[in-house]
Order: sequence, then structure tokens, then C-alpha cells
Amino acid sequence: MPRKVSHPKLKQVFLVILVFILATGFWEWAVRAKEISELILPGPLKIGERFVALLHTTAFWGNFGVTMYEVLAGYALGIVIAVILGVAISQLRILEQSLMPYVVAFQTIPSIALAPIFLHWFGYGLTSKIVMAAIISFFPILVNVIVGLQASNSEQIEMLRSFGASSMQILLKVRVPNAMPYLFAGLNLGAVFALVGAIVAEFVGGASGLGKMILQFNDTMKIADMFAVLIVLAIIGMSMHCIIACIRRKVIFWAATR
Amino acid sequence: MTEEMSPLIQIRKLSKNYSTKGGDITAALSLVDLDVAPGEFVALVGPSGCGKTTLLKILAGLVGEYRGEVLLNGKPVRKPSSEVGFVFQEPTLLPWRTILENILLPVELVNLDMKVYRDRALDLMAMTGLAGFENKYPKELSGGMRQRAGICRALVRDPKVLLMDEPFGSLDAMTREFMNEELQRIWLDSGKTILFVTHSIPEAVFLADRVVIMSPRPGKISEIVPVNLPRPRQLSDMAHESTGEIMSHIRSHFSNARVI
Repeated sequence: MPRKVSHPKLKQVFLVILVFILATGFWEWAVRAKEISELILPGPLKIGERFVALLHTTAFWGNFGVTMYEVLAGYALGIVIAVILGVAISQLRILEQSLMPYVVAFQTIPSIALAPIFLHWFGYGLTSKIVMAAIISFFPILVNVIVGLQASNSEQIEMLRSFGASSMQILLKVRVPNAMPYLFAGLNLGAVFALVGAIVAEFVGGASGLGKMILQFNDTMKIADMFAVLIVLAIIGMSMHCIIACIRRKVIFWAATR
Repeated sequence: MTEEMSPLIQIRKLSKNYSTKGGDITAALSLVDLDVAPGEFVALVGPSGCGKTTLLKILAGLVGEYRGEVLLNGKPVRKPSSEVGFVFQEPTLLPWRTILENILLPVELVNLDMKVYRDRALDLMAMTGLAGFENKYPKELSGGMRQRAGICRALVRDPKVLLMDEPFGSLDAMTREFMNEELQRIWLDSGKTILFVTHSIPEAVFLADRVVIMSPRPGKISEIVPVNLPRPRQLSDMAHESTGEIMSHIRSHFSNARVI
């Protein structure tokens, strides 16, 4: 057969679909052949069926809305605080010296362990979930903003200086654009973390949300329904990733995509 | 003759030391004296570490601390000024700006009238053969074109002096020869005073009115060689006997010292 130079994107799509078919096919076959109980591991067909059924319930959409609200509000809050603090720390030597050790120290605490405290402080409502999502998405964005604003092209800075640029002009015209790839790396991590934060906070104590739904399905042994919610979480995570990647391409148009 | 005019750049007993991390002191420049007349083209040649780039950076106001006197138009140079335009080894264009936006950057930095300078930038682009590339981004241009944009950017505020730090060092040989011819034309058209650092002796002789030969550790001037060839020079002139003599004279400085 002649080797054809096919479209690389198309080839990748084909490979991804192939892996999906092989993996789910094997899974379905294994569940049936070994007669694995649905209470241990339901097959992909059963999960798909429950997934579609789930989308037709009003309870699902209510919980979906709650979790999305927690995630997006927490994420937005995390971004705003991280960017403001990141710019301040990267530009003011005194803030960097005094605050940076604390940033590093706080990062070593597994943020998830803070969930019970937030529940205690902010109650069982949405606030504790939003705070959790904000705190956990805050750190990767903060660190990336600081690194991005400090790691700048010294040739570009010297060029600007030779034309009489002030420090503020160097910040705005060289450092900020050069920090954009770092910022987007942080935003990408932060989006996933915000979702993790909201779900964990719901686990620890909440009245509604997709995390709460997982716990309820677990209690009633509806394992296939649990998997269906996991699919929804994966779709939320991937959608956020794709939206960020799309904005990134528009903002950092000058950089090669790969 | 240019020698009769009062010099635009006066350098007297210029010395510059750098202290290294270990606390040692390296002399980058030692007691350099040089006058450059308005409209003159001076090339600086010498091995690495002879302080050529340091000398340019001092003139650009990028290095404020030195001993001795450096006067531009009779005024001491301590910080960057609009009288000077710098062309870097790499074009150093900002990749998120179009070519025109890159060229207008120096105008933007000091809040000059954008309308007036936009026309000037377009004229410069026409003069350097960049017309039609105003709205392209740097990555869409060849290396030679990017360096021309760097030259336009250095010229946009209409400085008296153009400082060029090995501007064609990273171009291939063919493009480099072509850019040398282009630079001679731009210089003859604009009447700027140019200080040009290079590693290439043929390039220095082709372009310059005078070639300043520097020696390293500490950087000082060992000889200043006038190049009295008629203008505009052609690349074919480089094969002439008189040109060859000048080049071998300059080269003898380096082969004696075994530094090149």
C-alpha cells in the first residue's frame, strides 16, 4: 500500500476514536464474559443508558447548575485574586521577599484538607464550595503569573531601555505579553482545580450539586449512575479546557500552537 | 571635509571596569579616545572581549557608570536619548506587534505625535524596501527584512547617531553582502552618523570612512585606518588592489597578536 501523507489532525481523531472503541469494547466484553456484577463494575452500555436517562431528569439539571455556579464563581474569584497578588508580588521586591515564603509554604498544605474548615466557617450552603474552588484554583494561577512576569526576555527589555522606556512601560509592553503563555498555563490548571475543589467541598458537606449526587447514588448502590455523573464531570473539565485553549489561541496569536 | 566640522561624538580617556561575581575586576575599556564627525561612518573591529559592544552601550546611555568623558553634541551621555538609535545584533522585534507597530514603538514610548511619525515610518519602510509589509508580523518576514525593520525602528525618531552592534552577524553571506549595499544607500540618503561594530574586516572596509581597530584586555584602540575609496562603493570594488592592501593591513593587527 502506498504511504499517504494524510492530515495529521484527522489521523489523531481516528486514533482517539479507535482507542475509545477498543477500550469500551473490551470493557463490555469483560463485564459480560466474566459476569461481573453491576454493583461492582457496570458495562459501558449500561452506563451510557443511565447517562441518557440522567440527562432527562430535572434533579440532574438542578444539581448541574449548582456545581457549575460554584465552579465558575470560585474560579473567577481565584483568577482575580491571583492576578492582582501575582502582579504585586512580582513587581515589588519587598512583597516578594516577605510573602513568597508563605506562598510556597501554603502550597505544601493539601488544599483539599481545608474543606472541613471552610464548611465550619462558611456553612453548608454555596459559599463554602465557592471559597474552596477559589482557594484551590488560586495557587497555580498565582505562581504562574509571578514566574511569567519575572521571566522576561532581557534582549527585549534592553531594546526598550535604549529607546528610553520607563519601568512601567517595560512592564506593560514587554513583561505582560511575555507572561501570557504562563498565565494561560495557570488558568488551565486552575480550571480543573476549581472543579475538584467544588466537588470535594460537596463531598464534605452539602445539600446539592453533582458531588452530592455521586454520594447519593453511592448510598443507593446505583453504580452505573455514579459513572454517568463522572462522565458529566469529565465533559465539564474538557469544555473548560477547550474554551481556555480557544481564548489562548486568540490572545497569544504570535506563539506557535505546539 | 568632515574633519573640519566640530565632532558630534567626543570620547576622552574613557575607561570602564566590570566587577565579576568573584570580586575580580575586568577592564572592558581603557583610556579610549575617539572623535566622530557628523555624517561620518565609523566601523569598530576587534576580537571578542575588546569592549566594542561596551563602547556602543555607553554611547546609547545603557551603561551610565564609566570614567572619562563621553560627549554627544557637547553634552555628557549618561542615559538613553532620542539623539541615538540602536540597532541590535538580533532584530529584537516584539512578535505580538506588526512591523509598523514595532517601528513606531520608540515614538510611542516618549509620546510623540503619532500622526507625524506614522508618515515618517512609512517613508522609512519605503526607503528600506519594506513597503507593503506594514501589517505583517515579524515571523512572516525573512531575517534580512526583520533587521531592516530594526533599522527603521532605530531611525524613526530621526536621531543624529545610529549605533549598530553586529547587525548583520546572523544573516547568511549573500543576504549580508546585499544588506551592506543597502546600508550604504540608506546612510548616503539619510546623512546619519553611524558607529558600526563588526567582526568582518571586508564589511568594515566596504562600509566605513574610518576603521577603528581595537585590542582586548583591556579594550583600547590600537589604530584608526582611513578608507579613502570613492562613494557609492560597489561590491566589485572590494577586489581592487588598494582595497586589498587596506584589508591585509587591518588583518595584520590580528594575525600578529594571534587573536583571530
